[in-house]
Amino acid sequence: MALTAREFKHQAEVALHDVNLQRALAKAKGGFVAKRRAAVAALPEFEEIRTAARAIKNHTLANLDAYLEQFERKVEESGGKVHWARTPEEACETIQGLIGSEPRQVLKGKSMVSEEIDLNHALEQHGHTMVETDLGEYIIQLAHERPSHIIAPAVHKTREQITDLFHTEHPKYGLTQPVTEVGAIVDEARQVLRTKFLNSEFGITGANFLIAETGSTVIVTNEGNGDLSQILPRVHIVTASIEKVVPTLDDMSTLLRLLGRSATGQEITSYTTLSTGPRRADDRDGPEEFHVVLLDNGRSTMLGNEFRDMLRCIRCGACLNHCPVYGAIGGHAYGWVYPGPMGSVLTPLMIGLENAADLPHACTLNGRCQEVCPMSIPLPDMLRALRFKEHERRITSARSRGALRAWAYLARRPRLYQAVTGLAMRVLRQLARGRGRFRSLPLAAGWTGSRDLPAPQGKTFQAQWRRR
Amino acid sequence: MSEEKKNVALFVTCLVDLFRPNVGFAAVRLLEKAGCRVSVPAAQTCCGQPAYNSGDRKTTADIARQVIRTFADYDYVVAPSGSCLGMLKEHYPRLFPDDSAWGPRAADLAERCYELTSFLVEVCGCMDIATSLPASATYHDSCSGLRELGIKQQPRSLLGQVEGLQLSEMEDTEVCCGFGGTFCVKYPQISERMVSDKVDNIIASGADMVLGGDLGCLLNISGRLKRQGSKVRAYHVAEVLAGMTDLPAIGEADGE
Amino acid sequence: MSGAREEILGRIRTALLAGGGDAGLARKEAVRPALQQDPVTNFVDKLKAASASVTRVPDLPDVVEAIADYLQHHHLPTALVIGNDPPLPELAWPADWELARRPAAGDDHVSVTGAFAAIAETGSLVMLSGPGHPTSLNFLPDDHIVVLRASQVVAHMEDVWALLRARDGGMPRTVNIITGPSRTADVEQTIQLGAHGPRRLHVVLVAG
Repeated sequence: MALTAREFKHQAEVALHDVNLQRALAKAKGGFVAKRRAAVAALPEFEEIRTAARAIKNHTLANLDAYLEQFERKVEESGGKVHWARTPEEACETIQGLIGSEPRQVLKGKSMVSEEIDLNHALEQHGHTMVETDLGEYIIQLAHERPSHIIAPAVHKTREQITDLFHTEHPKYGLTQPVTEVGAIVDEARQVLRTKFLNSEFGITGANFLIAETGSTVIVTNEGNGDLSQILPRVHIVTASIEKVVPTLDDMSTLLRLLGRSATGQEITSYTTLSTGPRRADDRDGPEEFHVVLLDNGRSTMLGNEFRDMLRCIRCGACLNHCPVYGAIGGHAYGWVYPGPMGSVLTPLMIGLENAADLPHACTLNGRCQEVCPMSIPLPDMLRALRFKEHERRITSARSRGALRAWAYLARRPRLYQAVTGLAMRVLRQLARGRGRFRSLPLAAGWTGSRDLPAPQGKTFQAQWRRR
Repeated sequence: MSEEKKNVALFVTCLVDLFRPNVGFAAVRLLEKAGCRVSVPAAQTCCGQPAYNSGDRKTTADIARQVIRTFADYDYVVAPSGSCLGMLKEHYPRLFPDDSAWGPRAADLAERCYELTSFLVEVCGCMDIATSLPASATYHDSCSGLRELGIKQQPRSLLGQVEGLQLSEMEDTEVCCGFGGTFCVKYPQISERMVSDKVDNIIASGADMVLGGDLGCLLNISGRLKRQGSKVRAYHVAEVLAGMTDLPAIGEADGE
Repeated sequence: MSGAREEILGRIRTALLAGGGDAGLARKEAVRPALQQDPVTNFVDKLKAASASVTRVPDLPDVVEAIADYLQHHHLPTALVIGNDPPLPELAWPADWELARRPAAGDDHVSVTGAFAAIAETGSLVMLSGPGHPTSLNFLPDDHIVVLRASQVVAHMEDVWALLRARDGGMPRTVNIITGPSRTADVEQTIQLGAHGPRRLHVVLVAG
């Protein structure tokens, strides 16, 4: 997909001035936070479950090969097929092979892995018609955009924008009146998509979990689109990444108690669906074929380095919802598939640090993401680890490296440091001429562009202390 | 508690040293009042966070070794900053994972060092603040102190002893102010949005002043308050606790 | 892709050797949230909290009347698409109702099914696909009515897995854990029921 993470800074500035985006973000902001807080407060065992969940994932990752093999064996025992893909390209080729060369209408349930591999684009190039069936995904597909949030893909859209989109796209179905109320918008999408559900031969969904014990893939949804996308078509294809596997059904239950609460503040979502193989001989509906495409795309490398903890991520979106940077700029500014704190770790690891050099730095390391992460992923530490890598590989700007070197030279020489800073503060005090602060100051535009700079008191503490 | 005076070194932190010495003197006064013998080692500069958070691990380790050496001989090391203290306590030990010489020394420093308000509450026990300030204040929880060191109730319980001071909590008091060290100059527009939100909440709290435990946040917040023409004054919590708010608030001129 | 499987598993094994494998990563006994009330009461409260409705009836012969009331209340037709899973075969339907025992079609209004179990912790219904319960009955009609015996309510999801493991025939193709009707919050985070699945979910809960 279009990779614009290099343009982060510019995109962030555009986002800050985008009136519609800012309105949408302002509406979303408090809701997720308050709902999660209430849901966590209502579960006294939350912290214990969190500890257990972390142990489950750590154990699984430490035995990932064995659990993936068990999962594969169980899928095949139930009549399904597992396909392995090292890269996004391999994953797309596999799926294209399953669908075949004749142009088809393909249903899609929401799947971030399908975004990661840019599946729609790949299949559309082969003439297939992709139908996003999650309402949020459907909206942004109409707008030719990408998800700006991993669980609420259209969170950046206002109701008015959605009304306009439907009014532009839906007259071809005979729906000519603009719909403005939420209920009417949802009804119209239901009506348009219902026909498509009933007339597609292929359905693709993601997976929140893969269960080694049974060979099941699991989706966690609210709309029911992921279910219609897999029970009505003849072929159900699941896109999932390798770290989604958990050992048992009971382990999944533990993780589920965290997922809904962390994501939307729900104890459980409307639908949790386990899919195991194709329809059985005596079943009267369900897909005739069941395929799971397992994607690596750098995850096996993360398993062996300091980023292994990131593989515990269950994609709940809590880190996005609690990130003040995400809250200010939304998801598109990050320039790839995964935004917010988890994205700022994953994106550089998946598309290359040099292509996303800003992301690890665009964070105040305030730690709120780690505080709410149900899997206790040390996101700030991971962002720092990426900063270390950038510094080692000299990806950071020459200017900031120079400033850092000069500062470090002084900081390691206390006497010189005190002489230089003592003089500098006195000069600054003089320049302030009793006003207490600067509205602008040469070389400090980054600061004074948006706030005054308090003037120093005058003599440094150290200088005054020595004379005490 | 032992009758012998605690031998405390003040890590004044670079921002306090340069911009707001009054905070350092307030810290000294509070520590002395709590029965400590306070020293200010001359060889101190900065905790190394600018290097650490810019990805320069080697420079960070050099500075850390210097700080560890400088503060080796004191019972306690106290700083009026959750951020700098978090660096010493949480991050220094991780800089020397396989270093049998400096690893233990970093861990030893981590054991002995405290942020000011948590030191006063947790180590000195119930100290008598005995000061008054007829004002209403709101308290901004700085991120590192809050999340790395668990500083939340300590400053509030101390402020509760200040006669006449009304604490009025703002919305989202635990949300970052947008300072973030070099973040605020690398991404000034994002930082501006964050500090504007913070300032809106401060103003909405109706308080006369905003207090905090980290000068970085306070410079950022007061700078934005002044840019917006707000009358809300910013002080470091130590200044209030020590009864040293007679000088102009952060970013204000004499007589403003 | 040829070779992809071996290469991915090989990379994983190499990474695990580098990263220390299973050392110290023993699994812990997971915690199940304590229920605040008896399971059936808890189930009913949670079910209602999830925007489903419920009618409690004393015995199986009362079920059809409860369904009739529901249909009448919502001005729904007495044309039903129904499953054949327990306890539905035991019900005596009015002769003038139109009953279809088949997978659901896109224009069916009302489905009636049984359930495999129900979960007190979350107010969820558990449906297994099978010849007597096509999965489409759970999703296509606007109204989904579920006939459940109180004895089918278990405390936690893990209890369902224990029942499932003990069942003949292993895992069904589809297990649906359903908690309330279909919903979406994709338009300005406003919750709207009836996104793609049922607009209403109604449980007829038979005592005992």
